[in-house]
Amino acid sequence: MIGLGLPRGFMVTLKNFLRPAVTEQYPDRHVGLIGAAKAAGMNPFQFLVKKPADSMKAIAGLATVPVAVKQSARFRGNEFTFFEDRCTACASCAKYCPLGIIEIVSVPGKIDAQEGESYKLDVFDIDIGRCMFCGLCVEACPYDALHMGTSFERSRYVRDELIITKEDLFDAPKRPSSFYRPQFEEKGFDPFAETIEDFHDAGRHERPSDEDLKRKWVDER
Amino acid sequence: MGQAFLDNSLWRNIYCVLAGDSSSCASRGYSDGFLPGGLEWLAFLLAALAIIGLVVNGILGGVIVLIWGERRLFGRFQSRTGPNRWGPFGTLTSVADAVKTMFKEDVVPADADRILFNLAPILIATPALLVFSVIPFGVGTYVADLNVGVLFIMAITSLTTLAVLTAAWSSGNRIAILSALRSVALLISYEIPMALAVVGVIMLAGSMSLGDIIAAQGVPFILVQPLGFFVFFIAAMAEMARAPFDLTEAESELAAGYLNDYASMKFGLFFLAEFMAEISTSAIITTLFLSGWRGFDPIPSHFWFGAKLIAVLFVIIWFRMTLPRLRVDQVLKFAWKGLFELTMINIIVTAILIAIWPQPTTSQLWAMAAINWPVAIISIYLVSKLLGTAPYDQPLPDPNVPSYPVGSESIPASSVLGAESSSAQAPSPEGGD
Repeated sequence: MIGLGLPRGFMVTLKNFLRPAVTEQYPDRHVGLIGAAKAAGMNPFQFLVKKPADSMKAIAGLATVPVAVKQSARFRGNEFTFFEDRCTACASCAKYCPLGIIEIVSVPGKIDAQEGESYKLDVFDIDIGRCMFCGLCVEACPYDALHMGTSFERSRYVRDELIITKEDLFDAPKRPSSFYRPQFEEKGFDPFAETIEDFHDAGRHERPSDEDLKRKWVDER
Repeated sequence: MGQAFLDNSLWRNIYCVLAGDSSSCASRGYSDGFLPGGLEWLAFLLAALAIIGLVVNGILGGVIVLIWGERRLFGRFQSRTGPNRWGPFGTLTSVADAVKTMFKEDVVPADADRILFNLAPILIATPALLVFSVIPFGVGTYVADLNVGVLFIMAITSLTTLAVLTAAWSSGNRIAILSALRSVALLISYEIPMALAVVGVIMLAGSMSLGDIIAAQGVPFILVQPLGFFVFFIAAMAEMARAPFDLTEAESELAAGYLNDYASMKFGLFFLAEFMAEISTSAIITTLFLSGWRGFDPIPSHFWFGAKLIAVLFVIIWFRMTLPRLRVDQVLKFAWKGLFELTMINIIVTAILIAIWPQPTTSQLWAMAAINWPVAIISIYLVSKLLGTAPYDQPLPDPNVPSYPVGSESIPASSVLGAESSSAQAPSPEGGD
């Protein structure tokens, strides 16, 4: 019927008006009293009594709570995670890099009676300003030493600061992305919740139990 | 300075508190004044300044709040939060905007007519403020109760047209003048249905004074005059030059229309005037159709006025967020072929009803409402049939004219210059030396 289109359109906008907002607030979120109390880990009444100044701020709408952005575990971020104990300085990553932005200089390291010769990293620079995050270096690494990172706040005022040096890689928190590392997803590793302190935990499949090994290699043959 | 001039309440309160022992205040219970005798002229001046300060600053503060509220509401209508970073719930956002606007560079184009260029922002902001001088904000809270209040409002709001044209002409910018002509066509067209829609209200109230109109509304006139309200609301939206009638600015078509050469606080004044017009339109609609400050008794009248004002503002914003911008020919067609007829029907029906019941009581007003609603629905239906179903006659392409092969897959040989000669000169597969 003529004329019903207009009310229908108004109802559409009204429905959106009554719907909760879809905005993802970043880097912090404005909260009311309840949200601020929850962030402080107490119930609103406790919060009112114990922290009157903060609760007044929250009632005025000025309290903020930091927000972690929801992103996929496979997000390829703006830095690399590097487990230096695994690296043999084989320079596979530098060979596979299509842009040639990884610079590796290795020096002869210790000579061990059991393990034989090994090389030591002297220079390991990644020019992140030219990186296109294809992940081929990660894919090429034979010892799972290099991982894509999950951070994204790496804007700098000077181009030279975009070069990640060996020390930066050593010091960075170990939050590897699960890009080309499906074993992280098998383990249920959440890069935004936990860091990997021990390199033995990173990027390895679970070691099968003795029963599984026996079944696979003895019983089935 | 007659008795009628002193009789308005805001003035009277301030004046009589200051100069209590004057003759015009003695009978009202103001026996003692702050000022000694013989200083009535000072009280007069101070009262005038106080009223100017109260009303102007009140309206400007209202505009600041409205800008924030409107942006919050826009956000909510689009399922986002809206501005929330500056101050509690983003309330200081518009303050930040105002400071930013004031510190911008004031650019005047080389081609501009400097006097008119500087005059136009004043010309557009003044009428938007003047409208508030006749609007009663509550019981006895008004600057002046003119006996031609409605006429005053209509006359004052018409000045906007002049300001728009002045701004565009003095900018020396052809896009500005193009948009100004478009918007002047819009503003003038919609002034006629807007003025005619009020005629029904004036006939019912028997007065042009806004105070008398509120006093006559035993039943809110939105119920008695549905057709008049419909037309007035739409025409007022167009007069404000806001979506869906924002041809004046039309960001996506004209950059900013007539004000695209203005910068800094001159632009700020245009912006301010736009929002003041929004508030004043809501106030006029509240006064004329929603029975102004009238309401239930325990709640004060100022609250009723404010609540109705905010409700109308909400509906205006809702309209803006829902309806897309109309084309200029559609807008003008709607005014002249649609709203004009509706106002005529409204005037005739109201005149007949007034002839039957002169000076209607409340029950007679209800009877009028019962008659007016079917009339409104039927006439709106008929007019929309007349207007809305006509298809847009797009000219068919003339088959005799060869079409220019833009974007076609294969270009016909006849369209390509020298196609035959180039094919003749093409090397044959067996030849060639």
